[in-house]
Amino acid sequence: MDAHYTKQHSSAAEKQAVDSVLGAPDSGWKGGTRSPERDGHSAVNGHARGSERHLLLPVLHAIQARLGWISPGALNYACQRLDVPPAEAYGVASFYGLFSVTPRPPCVLHVCDDIACMTRGGEELCGKLESQLGPPGSASLAGKVTWLRSPCLGLCERAPAALMSRAGEKPAEKVVAPASSGSLVSTLQSFAVATIKEPPDHFEASVSAPQLTHGDNSNLMLLRRIGRIDPASLDDYRAHGGYDALRRALDRGGSWVVREVSASRLVGRGGAAFPTGKKWDPSNKPRYLVCNADESEPGTFKDRVVMEADPFSVVEAMTIAGTALGCERAYLYVRGEYPLAGERLSHAITAARERGYLGNNILGRGVDFDIEIRHGAGAYICGEETALFNSIEGLRGEPRNKPPFPTQAGLFGKPTVINNVETLINLLLIVQEGGERYAALGTKGSTGPKLFCLSGHIRQPGVYEVPFGTTLRELIGLGGGVSGSGRLKAILLGGAAGSFLSPDELDTPLTFEGTRAVGASLGSGVVMLFDDTVDLRKILFRIAAFFRDESCGQCVPCRLGTVRQEESLQRLHHGGPIESVDVELSMLKEVGQVMRDASICGLGQTASSAVESALRRWQLF
Amino acid sequence: MDGEKEKVPAQVRTVNPLVPVPRGPIPTVPPESTRRTVRVTIDGREISVPEGTTLLEATRKAGKDTPTLCYLESLTPVNVCRICVVELEGSRALVPACSRKAEDGMVIRTDSERVRLSRRLILEFLASSVDVSTSPQIRSYLERYDAQPQRFGVPQSASEGRDAAHAGVHVVTDGSRAAAVAQPTKVDNELYVRDYGKCILCYKCVEACGVDAQNTFAIAVAGRGFDARISTEFAVPLPDSACVYCGNCIGVCPTGALMFVSEHNMRKAGTWDESRQSSTDTICPYCGVGCTLTLRVQDEKIVRVESPIENGVTHGNLCVKGRFGWQFVQIQDKNHNGSDAG
Repeated sequence: MDAHYTKQHSSAAEKQAVDSVLGAPDSGWKGGTRSPERDGHSAVNGHARGSERHLLLPVLHAIQARLGWISPGALNYACQRLDVPPAEAYGVASFYGLFSVTPRPPCVLHVCDDIACMTRGGEELCGKLESQLGPPGSASLAGKVTWLRSPCLGLCERAPAALMSRAGEKPAEKVVAPASSGSLVSTLQSFAVATIKEPPDHFEASVSAPQLTHGDNSNLMLLRRIGRIDPASLDDYRAHGGYDALRRALDRGGSWVVREVSASRLVGRGGAAFPTGKKWDPSNKPRYLVCNADESEPGTFKDRVVMEADPFSVVEAMTIAGTALGCERAYLYVRGEYPLAGERLSHAITAARERGYLGNNILGRGVDFDIEIRHGAGAYICGEETALFNSIEGLRGEPRNKPPFPTQAGLFGKPTVINNVETLINLLLIVQEGGERYAALGTKGSTGPKLFCLSGHIRQPGVYEVPFGTTLRELIGLGGGVSGSGRLKAILLGGAAGSFLSPDELDTPLTFEGTRAVGASLGSGVVMLFDDTVDLRKILFRIAAFFRDESCGQCVPCRLGTVRQEESLQRLHHGGPIESVDVELSMLKEVGQVMRDASICGLGQTASSAVESALRRWQLF
Repeated sequence: MDGEKEKVPAQVRTVNPLVPVPRGPIPTVPPESTRRTVRVTIDGREISVPEGTTLLEATRKAGKDTPTLCYLESLTPVNVCRICVVELEGSRALVPACSRKAEDGMVIRTDSERVRLSRRLILEFLASSVDVSTSPQIRSYLERYDAQPQRFGVPQSASEGRDAAHAGVHVVTDGSRAAAVAQPTKVDNELYVRDYGKCILCYKCVEACGVDAQNTFAIAVAGRGFDARISTEFAVPLPDSACVYCGNCIGVCPTGALMFVSEHNMRKAGTWDESRQSSTDTICPYCGVGCTLTLRVQDEKIVRVESPIENGVTHGNLCVKGRFGWQFVQIQDKNHNGSDAG
């Protein structure tokens, strides 16, 4: 049956936006002008017709950047070009937080009101904005601007953070962190009317990775190039040891690399801590490699720092992984809220391709491998590996049921290896040092160095690299100690999906096994500190609201469990528990259990983790 | 017949361009007896099932009545309602029986404390946020699992804004009212109504509209989280969408969120009475496919048309004519000869 499109007329700007990604249409069958001579006796059908659906997300990005919203005319034209039913494309567009399917001002200010920024004036900033610009979502400054509250923007070391985006012929994005309530509106005003594309962000290594300013930092491995090289220069990267590992890997061959990874006992750094060697089973014949750079766990920003300051290392590590595993293609899925990281990675990929480090016949060794960047659009759930596949494929970012696992059926239904940014850059060390020597670092159960994201009430927030086994106390010492009142109340380990620890657990070694022993998990390496002036209940409310907002809505336990969890906490706070506090708390526990037991993916399974860990440690209600 | 075939010379058969010649042996499904079997233990009883069997089929074979909502034999399992979850030994989380394949040596518990808790909570979640009054299936499950949906508080009243909800944004309340999907019923055509206040988001209608039956793709899931909803593009009325009114979405809807206008009006008027209804199977008179129709009749009037899901011709699916084109049967005027002139 022929696809049905809406009767919406598409304007020139709408068509331009779509064509900027897809090129001009080549026939009347694909949204172009119909030419009886050319189109009359041919038709594009079958698999070829629907094979471009994976371009839906890039096309939606282009529409949003050009028009400021996904208009019916633009969506309709995109559907004709990509052969996607309009209802499905609308379902995809309305899934992402950064897209709007209703008209909205071209310039949008996203202000982080998440837990890390809450400790550093995020809430006050939002209050000030509300008095200056009206409630979130309302148009102001002559209809040019609106502002929205945003979940964690991954700029916790520079909290409070804000991100501006401007749609139009020259779209731009700009990060403002730390944002001061005094100057934010005037910055926004000049950004809204600017006509030149400005650099999206600045990066200061000493701010984002303060360890680099410490006396002895020669032992840093993952951070060794941060701040020391020009992230846009391939030569600089090579002068600092870049691409030595790839040469060595190609010299030794793919099976050697796979063996060394196995010997290194490297485990995934994205949060789930799955042994990389197990994922890397060449007998699965993986066709795709995916780098998960959709870092969205509140309080996590380590991958962003690496991508912004040392983008070539990510590209090199992906090349090593891809060539060792025999993948034909890789996708690098970068978080949509990371404009600078996206820009630098895309520059690094182009530069590497020009110099023969990517593409056909890499370094003259007869190996082909290439990387394509995809940008997320504001959906925490897309950091879940199978949701990420769906997102790349142009579907809604809903997680798939497992099994089958990605190693059997992943991206486009083919065997896929998917690793987090930090996991991948560890390959450079493993290849250079060898798996055995790498495994000697850290502890028996957790090998290698680890990046931690220190934020909240800490004197020097930022990314820190320590070997596994460092205690929480030592790490906090490295960050200069507790700030704020100076009296530590709670530590959130692993982000919103992690657990709270109390100050008497500071000697917990930061290893997978050590944190497991105290009923917590390292997660993505978040260590967020709260002093005793913080109302932990408000932190819990924000976490509960976060999960309600970010649940994809697919399965009942998570879609409704996250809602009931938030309601229950609010009732406890407002003094209106159902029946009694005890009944309410036991209900909350049951809600947590059904989410943990019956949800499809890790989001629902961990949505009650932080709340439950806090209620176990403190009597908050 | 076989004898006659033998007489046809071989070369005549191969050169005749009108007769397709199979290029290899015609693939056949191996009989169940020759398929490998796997042994699974269900509630302490070991049974063997053919490889590829789902745990749902296995539990049913073992005589366990595993509840399902989003599962339907004729649709691809989406395993979203999670009510069919069972406990699998060695698995951290519970697993959905509808889509998990049985593997050799699996030990399954279908009625453990954990399983019952999950099923009860899922039912409470649904019944506290959705109007389940027209879903006898959910109501019987609520009783079976002793679910108390009212313990989450009084549900919110109908809101107009669900179609315009933006992903990742919600208004934080004080929790005194339980969030619910209640909203005005959508009546935008003469054939069926969409009352999404009764929708449990089982994805069945989307599947039936899409590749599992109709390939029309008029509706899809839009939005995210609690605001996820079944919608046309930009929530346009059905007549402006790709909808062809086959009504197959109504056929699979487990809650009555999608309903014939005839049934909707009768329920509104209070005249809908299932005790006065009878079902009659017949064959659709319109074309040569020969779809089986099940006519629901109340007081000598057709009030709803379905097709049996186990029917080999329809698998429960019909087209607009079969499902909605029955008014001519009801014409009472004896002088009416069926033509416009009459």
